Amino acid sequence: MNKYKKITLDGLIFSNPTFMLVLGTCPTLAMIKSSALSAAGMGLCVLVVLTLSNMIISALRKVIPNQVRIPCYIVIIATLVTLVQMVLEKFVPSLYDSLGTFLALIVVNCIVLGRAEAFANKHTVIESAVDGLANGAGFTVALTVMGIVCEFLGSGSVFGLQIMNFKIAIFSSPAGAFIIYGLSIALFTYIIDVFQRSRRVKANKLARENLLDRNGAETAEVNV
Amino acid sequence: MNFVLLILSAVLTNNFITVKTYGICPFLGVSKNTKSAVGMGVAVTVVMTLATLVTYPIYKFIMTPLNITFLWIIFFIFIIAALVQMLEAIIRKVSPSLYNTMGVYLPLITTNCAVLGVTQLFNGVNDLSAIITGATGAMNLGWAVLYALFAGVGFTLVMIIMSGLREKLNCCKVSKSLEGFPVSMIAAAFICMAFTIFMQIKV
Repeated sequence: MNKYKKITLDGLIFSNPTFMLVLGTCPTLAMIKSSALSAAGMGLCVLVVLTLSNMIISALRKVIPNQVRIPCYIVIIATLVTLVQMVLEKFVPSLYDSLGTFLALIVVNCIVLGRAEAFANKHTVIESAVDGLANGAGFTVALTVMGIVCEFLGSGSVFGLQIMNFKIAIFSSPAGAFIIYGLSIALFTYIIDVFQRSRRVKANKLARENLLDRNGAETAEVNV
Repeated sequence: MNFVLLILSAVLTNNFITVKTYGICPFLGVSKNTKSAVGMGVAVTVVMTLATLVTYPIYKFIMTPLNITFLWIIFFIFIIAALVQMLEAIIRKVSPSLYNTMGVYLPLITTNCAVLGVTQLFNGVNDLSAIITGATGAMNLGWAVLYALFAGVGFTLVMIIMSGLREKLNCCKVSKSLEGFPVSMIAAAFICMAFTIFMQIKV
């Protein structure tokens, strides 16, 4: 169980694909500048493709010859993306239109190929599925949060609901998306840094107290 | 006149990095110094042009008559991968010095949004075909290849600007959490802002 917890935490936080590894930047920037809804939709599409591709690649990891593994992965991913594209076009045409060309570009999203290469071809199907879900969720949450911030600053609305009546046009252009993305990475790494430092301090303190206790006991014994 | 309009549109008003946000990974990853930025830019330009040159006839004369255009993602990604492999082999054989400056970036290009993005020029999935028809009034192989070539030039231009900025940024003192990607992204935001001025161009 502990293993799955570690995979999940790694995907969501400690090696979050968007903030820590800075992968899949093109769809991130394009989607957060357009709207929170399309950012969330993009995230969910990547989540589906990533989970399925991780499972298929991990199931086939003993079948695919090592020398031609990358082309094989690309075929699997391209097929999945084509399927997702067809499903969206049929059932959610509005999302299909707002994702536009970036839906097809999931094929060349480094996150999907990166997880296949770094994780799925060495682990079991269930572990790979958990990894895909965790990384996909990390990507989706990151995109949605940044999409909300960008949409709110750019048009005063959240998920299309008008909240305040103001508009800072730059936040619905690539420049604003770059600024929000850069600041988000900075904030995220800062929080992780503080968290890990406090954990280290706590661990150090615990170790020192243990040591002091033991020393104390020793000195007490000596005194006696 | 059409020619000038198309070039201006490809290089400045619809720049791939600053307006379309294609190819951000190499833009942030390989722009640490000007030499590698130029190498990457040239490699992307060459692959984009060749990919358009090859995929346009295949789309038009093989996939459309057979009604298999829905398979374009699988087809195009394979064509690009094969093209990049071939190009790498040829350059390594013909000119080792060119390989050292440009060839090392070639394998990275297969998974570059800009290349797959530009091959969608003519299948109507994105608005690039509208840019070409808007500028020239017609859509054919010549215009498409020309557009891809100059979109690559625009890409290289922004890469060079960015690498210059980052070389200067190395000399600055930046607070620890902003170091690396965050500060280069904010620098990139200023390049984007500068490029929005070209939106005003009306010919």
